Amino acid sequence: MIAFVIRRLIQSVLVMIVVAFVAFSLFTYVGDPISIMLGQDYTEADRARIAAELGLDRPFFVQFARFVANAVQGEFGLSYRLARPVDELIAERLPATLELSLVAAIFALVVGVPMGVYTGLNRDSWLSRVFMTVSLIGVSLPTFLIGILLIFVFAVHLGWLPSFGRGEVVHIGWWSTGLLTVSGLKALILPAITLGLFQMTLIMRLVRSEMLEVLRTDYIKFARARGLTNRAIHFGHALKNTLVPVITITGLQLGSIIAFSIITETVFQWPGMGLLFIQSVNFADIPVMAAYLCLIAFFFVVINLIVDLLYYVVDPRLRADRGVAGGHTG
Amino acid sequence: MATTLDSDPKTTPGLWARFLDSDIFYSFRRSPLTIAAAIVTVVCFAGAFLAPWIAPHNPLDLSSVDLMDAYTPPVWMAEGNPRFILGTDDQGRDLLSAIMYGARISLIVGFCSVIFAMALGITLGLVAGYAGGAIDSLIMRIADVQLTFPAILIALLIDGIVRAAFPRDLHDQLALYVLIFAIGLSYWVQYARTVRGSTLVEKNREYVQAARVIGVRPVRILFSHILPNVIGPVLVIATINLALAIITEATLSFLGVGMPPTQPSLGTLIRVGNDFLFSGEWWITLFPGVALVTMVLAVNLLGDWLRDALNPKLR
Repeated sequence: MIAFVIRRLIQSVLVMIVVAFVAFSLFTYVGDPISIMLGQDYTEADRARIAAELGLDRPFFVQFARFVANAVQGEFGLSYRLARPVDELIAERLPATLELSLVAAIFALVVGVPMGVYTGLNRDSWLSRVFMTVSLIGVSLPTFLIGILLIFVFAVHLGWLPSFGRGEVVHIGWWSTGLLTVSGLKALILPAITLGLFQMTLIMRLVRSEMLEVLRTDYIKFARARGLTNRAIHFGHALKNTLVPVITITGLQLGSIIAFSIITETVFQWPGMGLLFIQSVNFADIPVMAAYLCLIAFFFVVINLIVDLLYYVVDPRLRADRGVAGGHTG
Repeated sequence: MATTLDSDPKTTPGLWARFLDSDIFYSFRRSPLTIAAAIVTVVCFAGAFLAPWIAPHNPLDLSSVDLMDAYTPPVWMAEGNPRFILGTDDQGRDLLSAIMYGARISLIVGFCSVIFAMALGITLGLVAGYAGGAIDSLIMRIADVQLTFPAILIALLIDGIVRAAFPRDLHDQLALYVLIFAIGLSYWVQYARTVRGSTLVEKNREYVQAARVIGVRPVRILFSHILPNVIGPVLVIATINLALAIITEATLSFLGVGMPPTQPSLGTLIRVGNDFLFSGEWWITLFPGVALVTMVLAVNLLGDWLRDALNPKLR
């Protein structure tokens, strides 16, 4: 167990170093920070002075080490576009993105699991066919189109829900939340559905195929032979055993949800990190891009690590087969 | 799949007849949904690639565009104009023609990026599987790291880097190639892993050993001996990835980091039209969206069918 944890930790640190290296290369080789700071007119002496001040005359690895040391403390310098510290900008936007992602994930689970159970138990009913068709369309529809359609129907046509922004927010310390006001909750509905729909279809299909598989096993047949009620078999025995992969996939998808919120946030003008990132890409605002990249990578690595460890705890079979545990979690 | 192994050339039917007699064509004929998907795909592809010859107007030719025609609704609505079947956008361009030209760009990006991803993934997969050792672990670790991030994020990042490295007007000209590069680079992993897996099996077969014994160079062994034997599953992935690549391109263009409005793809059209959703001109964004979904859905259905048809376990 300890060896496994250590190996996974080393792997995670390696991933982070690679990502930090990419982010650092962005800083160093793309765009020229000195000419950005000095503007049009400068002498070679100015240039050398600034380079010395910023430490840009130092050897590559010294610069990289300093970048990593700063990054660990959340220091990513000033945004080119907004001329404010990047960590401040991100901290401002972080609550909006995390709230949206969390609500979307909960929506995907709460709707996806029952739909999956239903289609797994009643394979041939017409409702199952409807669910399966909807899920196929859900996979084929790009996220931004789902958002546009929802806006068109519920905001433009019916006028029930707002189409952009977060509504009113309440500040608790540095955290701002939209969950405590009516307008905040209303503003959350459409973006959360848009963001969660793809994951919902994924979870539904996963639960369905797992249910179909489990229902064929011997212990389910034995449970039937014992005369247990359908209810006890389906929910006490079958569903329980399908939940391990569901938990894993949902956990892994949480990272994707945070990353995919870029699209949803653009459609709904949701003031989160994703919108900040897109604006930065458009403006070639490298400090923000680098910081966002490192933060997302950090989320991914932590989530993957937790899920792998959970998996290891939940599924005893993995403990015997050491090769699989560190494996692919895409 | 090769049902006839007869060595006598006189009894071997022609390629086309053999195709009509094959299991794949049989499973195709038996599935109405697949036939429908194939027809829709062919119509979409033909409409897109033949756009310069069959589109009713040329949306890129500014001299033929009249601003007076702007915001014309589709022909079945009260103020519709029979010249513009699906209506016009904010600049008076015919929407049907714009969609056809846009689908052309979307498809070009989709095909080229899939081919790029395939070439890169197959090469790296072959090399990793055949060479083994340090090269193998290096390539596969890179693949692992990349696989932990969603493809769209990687494509966005590459696009952002290129954007920072080139001046803006140059970037608009290069947008098509940047997109192909970015999307291709974000989807190579799947090919590499599939090919590597099959290569590991194939490289111990007798024909590879025989080739090695008679002194065939490794590059030749890889590409003309092993490659034909591992290409099957790759083609299935490629079909499904085509749909994914089209969606990714549309998403990037929608986010404003893909094709510029001067050379609109379907995603760009949707983004531009999105601004008019509230003022009631819903058709500007809805029709390109419908075109995109139809195309992606049809290609997806074909990919699903191909996967099942080529998988003997499911028959």
